[in-house]
Amino acid sequence: MARAVSRNTRIGWTIAAWFVALLIFFPILYAIITSFKTEQEAIAGFDLIPSFTLESYREVQSQFNYFRPFMNSVVIALGSTVLALIVAVPAAWAMAFSPTKRTKDILMWMLSTKMMPAVAVLVPIYLIFLKTGLMDTRIGLVLVLMLMNLPIVVWMLYTYFREIPGEILEAARMDGATLGQEIVHVLTPMAVPGIASTLLLNVILAWNESFWTIQLTTTNAAPLSAFIASFSSPQGLFWAKLSAASVMAIAPILIMGWFSQKQLVRGLTFGAVK
Amino acid sequence: MGSITLKNVRKAFGDVEVIPGVDLNINEGEFVVFVGPSGCGKSTLLRLIAGLEDVTSGTIEIDGSDVTDAGPAKRGLAMVFQSYALYPHMSVKKNIAFPLKMAKMPEAEQEKRVAHAAKILNLDSYLERKPGQLSGGQRQRVAIGRAIVREPAAFLFDEPLSNLDAALRVNMRVEISELHNNLKTTMIYVTHDQVEAMTMADKIVVLRAGHVEQVGSPMELYAKPANKFVAGFIGSPNMNFIEGEGAAKHGAHTIGVRPEHWSLSTSEGEFPGTVGVAEHLGSDTFLHIDLDNGTHVIARAEGEFAVHHGDRIFLTPQEGRIYKFGKDGLAA
Amino acid sequence: MATRQTQSLAKLMRAPAIILLLIWMIVPLGMTLYYSFLNYNLLNPASTSWAGFFNYKYFYTDPAFWESIWNTLVLVLGVLLITVVGGILIAILIDKPIFGQGIVRILVISPFFVMPPVAALIWKNMIMHPSYGVFADIAKFFGMQPVDWFAQYPLFSIILIVAWQWLPFATLILLTALQSLDGEQMEAAEMDGAPALQRFIYLTLPHMARAITVVVLIQTIFLLGVYAEILVTTNGGPGNASTNLTYLIYRAARLNFDIGGAAAGGIIAVVLANIVAFFLMRAVGKNLD
Repeated sequence: MARAVSRNTRIGWTIAAWFVALLIFFPILYAIITSFKTEQEAIAGFDLIPSFTLESYREVQSQFNYFRPFMNSVVIALGSTVLALIVAVPAAWAMAFSPTKRTKDILMWMLSTKMMPAVAVLVPIYLIFLKTGLMDTRIGLVLVLMLMNLPIVVWMLYTYFREIPGEILEAARMDGATLGQEIVHVLTPMAVPGIASTLLLNVILAWNESFWTIQLTTTNAAPLSAFIASFSSPQGLFWAKLSAASVMAIAPILIMGWFSQKQLVRGLTFGAVK
Repeated sequence: MGSITLKNVRKAFGDVEVIPGVDLNINEGEFVVFVGPSGCGKSTLLRLIAGLEDVTSGTIEIDGSDVTDAGPAKRGLAMVFQSYALYPHMSVKKNIAFPLKMAKMPEAEQEKRVAHAAKILNLDSYLERKPGQLSGGQRQRVAIGRAIVREPAAFLFDEPLSNLDAALRVNMRVEISELHNNLKTTMIYVTHDQVEAMTMADKIVVLRAGHVEQVGSPMELYAKPANKFVAGFIGSPNMNFIEGEGAAKHGAHTIGVRPEHWSLSTSEGEFPGTVGVAEHLGSDTFLHIDLDNGTHVIARAEGEFAVHHGDRIFLTPQEGRIYKFGKDGLAA
Repeated sequence: MATRQTQSLAKLMRAPAIILLLIWMIVPLGMTLYYSFLNYNLLNPASTSWAGFFNYKYFYTDPAFWESIWNTLVLVLGVLLITVVGGILIAILIDKPIFGQGIVRILVISPFFVMPPVAALIWKNMIMHPSYGVFADIAKFFGMQPVDWFAQYPLFSIILIVAWQWLPFATLILLTALQSLDGEQMEAAEMDGAPALQRFIYLTLPHMARAITVVVLIQTIFLLGVYAEILVTTNGGPGNASTNLTYLIYRAARLNFDIGGAAAGGIIAVVLANIVAFFLMRAVGKNLD
C-alpha cells in the first residue's frame, strides 16, 4: 500500500522488525562470533566481542582435514544437481511444450514420489549400497540425491518453461527456424534463468541433505553434513572449532540462499505459491 | 506472388469442429480482413494458412502450389502475433534479422534489409535496445519489421492492435494501411474490431462459428449485408432491428435501420419514442431512444440535436435505407 | 506444437525421468515391503525366515512404537503451531514500511539455509548447554538455576530447534502471499469502516489461507522425517522421550540390525506420509491450470 505513514510509526515498526530479525539470526551470529574466539573465550560466558583469532579455522583444517568433506559436499551437491538437470530439462520441456492429457497426472505422480519418507526405503537402499560397493562413495550419494530431488527439479523447470509464451515458438517457426535452431537461438536463452534458479535451489537442498549423507557414508565420501554430525559425540571438537567448521559449512549456501529467496518459494511449494 | 486459395478447409480439435469447411480466394496484393466475434474461428483459420495448425481436411494453395502439408517456414509467409512474440533476449536489430539469419542470408544483405525496414518503421534509433525497453507501439513496429525483411508472399496479422491503447491503435491502423500501399503485398488481418475491418480492408471476410457469413468489400458489406448477423456486425453503432408490426408494414419479418439512416423529428414520424440518454459529441449526437413499441434504438444526428432526457421524439427510416430480413435472418 | 513428429519426440524426452523415478519408487518400496514380512537380522542373516505379520504385530505391541508415534505427532504439531503463528506475525511485521527491509528479510530467512546437524549443534552447545549456553548465561544473570534442556525437556528442545529452522520457510511463503494482497481491497475495507483487526480476520487471513495450507502440508512432509537434529542432540533419549518414528526405524535398522522390523516400520511411515500427501496433492493439483 503506497501511502504516507508517519515517521514515528515507521521507526516503531523498524525497531520491532529488526529486533525480531536479530533474535532469529542470533544463533548464526553467535556461531560466527564464537568461531573467532579462542577455546577458553568460547566457554567463558556470554561475550559478543571475540579476540578475532583465526586459530580455530586453521585447526579445523589441520586436525580434521576439513577440505575433504568440503570437496565431497561440492561434488555431491553439484553432481547430483547437474545429473538431475540433464534428465529433467528434456522431460519438463516436453511436458511444458507438448502437453498430453496425462501430463498433469505424470507431474502429480512425480511429486508423490517426493512424499515417500526416506526412512521407508532406508533398509533396501542401505543393503543395495552394501552389496554393490556404493557405500561411502561419492557416486552413490550423487545417484541417491539426484533421484531424491528429481521431482522438484522437473516441477520447477516445468513451471518456468510454461511461462515462455507459445507464440514465441510459433514466431520462430514462422521465421524459418528448425527445431534445432529454435532450441539454440530462442528457447535456451529464454530458459536459462529458470534453469539457473532451479540449479541454485537444488544445490542448496543437496548441500544440506542430512539423512542419506549420514546413512550412506563413513569417512571417504562424507560431505559436510555427515562430517559435522560426527562432532556430536562427547570427544568431539571444542566449541570455537565446531563454530569455525559450522560457519565454513553454511557460509556458501547461506549466500546462495539470500540470492534465491524468490525461487525458493516457488521451488519448495511446487509452484503453488509464487 | 501472394495469391492464396483455400479449398474446403476443415479443422477439428478432437470431436470439436472449429472450421466446418471454408472456401476462399485471396488475390495477389489484397488486404483481406477476417472479422467476427471471439471464438468464431478467425484466428484458427489464419493459423491454418500460416501452417501453425494442421488442416483436418481440404487444401491450401499459395501461388498455385499446394502447401497443405508444408511446414510454416516453407510457405513464405510472415506473421505478426497478438503478443508480438518478440525474442526478449535479442536486441531489436537481432529480432528483425532473425528470419534472415535462419535463411542463412549473407551478413551484408541482412544489414541492408534490417536498415531498410528500420527506416520504414522509424526504428533507427532503437536498434540496439531489447524489446523490454520499448513501448507497446514500438514493439508492434519491431514485430512488423521482422515480418517485412523476409519479403514474404503474404503478411498475416493476428489481432495485432488489441494490446495498444485507443490513440495508438488509430495511428498503427493508418501505418499498416500505408505499409500495404507501399509494399503492395497480400495481407491477411484478423480482428474482432469491425472498425479496423472497415477502414483497412480491400475485402472483408465475416466469420461466425467457423462459417463464412459473407465476403465482400467494406462498402458491399455495409450496403448489402447478406444476413442479419453481418448487418448487425458491420457499422458502428450497430444497426437497429425492429420486428413485429413495425416490420410487417414494410413487408419483412425484421427490418434494420442504421443509426445514421433515421430522419428525426420532434413533432411527427413513423416510430414515436422517448429520448433516454443523449450523447452530445459536438460533431454528432447519439440518441438512445425507447420506442413506444418496446424496441430500444440508437439514432445519430449530425451536429448538435437539441433534445434531452425524457423528450418525445419521432423516427422515420430514410427512403431506400431500410434493410429487410426474412424469418431465417437472410436479407430479403 | 501439434504435429505428430513433435509428439513422439516429446515422449522420448519425457521417458528417462519417468523411468528413473518409476524405478526409484517401485524397487526400494517393493523390497521394503518384502523384507517387512521376513525375520531378517544382519547379525544373523543365515537364520532368515518368513515372518508373516510378526514384524507389524511386534510394532503394534511395542510401547516404544506408540511413544514414537506420539512424539512424531507432538513434534510435527508443535513445530507447525510455532512456525505458522510466528510466520504470520513476522510476515506482517516485515511487510510494514520498515527501514532496511531487504536486510531484515535476509536475516529472518537465514536459518533455513543452515544444514540440520549444524543447526542442532549450535543450539545444543552454544544456546541451550546447561553450563555454557546463552540460556544458562541468562538464567545465571537473573540468579536462577540453569535448565538442562535436553535432559529435562528433550522433545521440547528438539521442537525449538526444528521450529527455528522452519520458521523462515513459513515466513517467506506467507510474506509472498501477503504481498500479493490487493492494496485497493484493503483500502476499500478501510473506507467501509473495518478496523485493523477485522481487516486482518476477514481479508488478510482468507487471502493467506491457501499459502498457510501449503506451508502446513509441505512442512509436515519434511517434519515427519526429522532425523539429524535428534541424532546429534539427544540420540532419541532419555529413554525414548525424543524418539520419533524416523529415528525408531533408523535405530532398528542401523543399531539393532533388525531389517525385518525396520522394513515394517518403513511401511507404516509410508502409510502415514501418504495420508498427508493425499491432502497436499489436492492442494497443489488445484493450482495446475
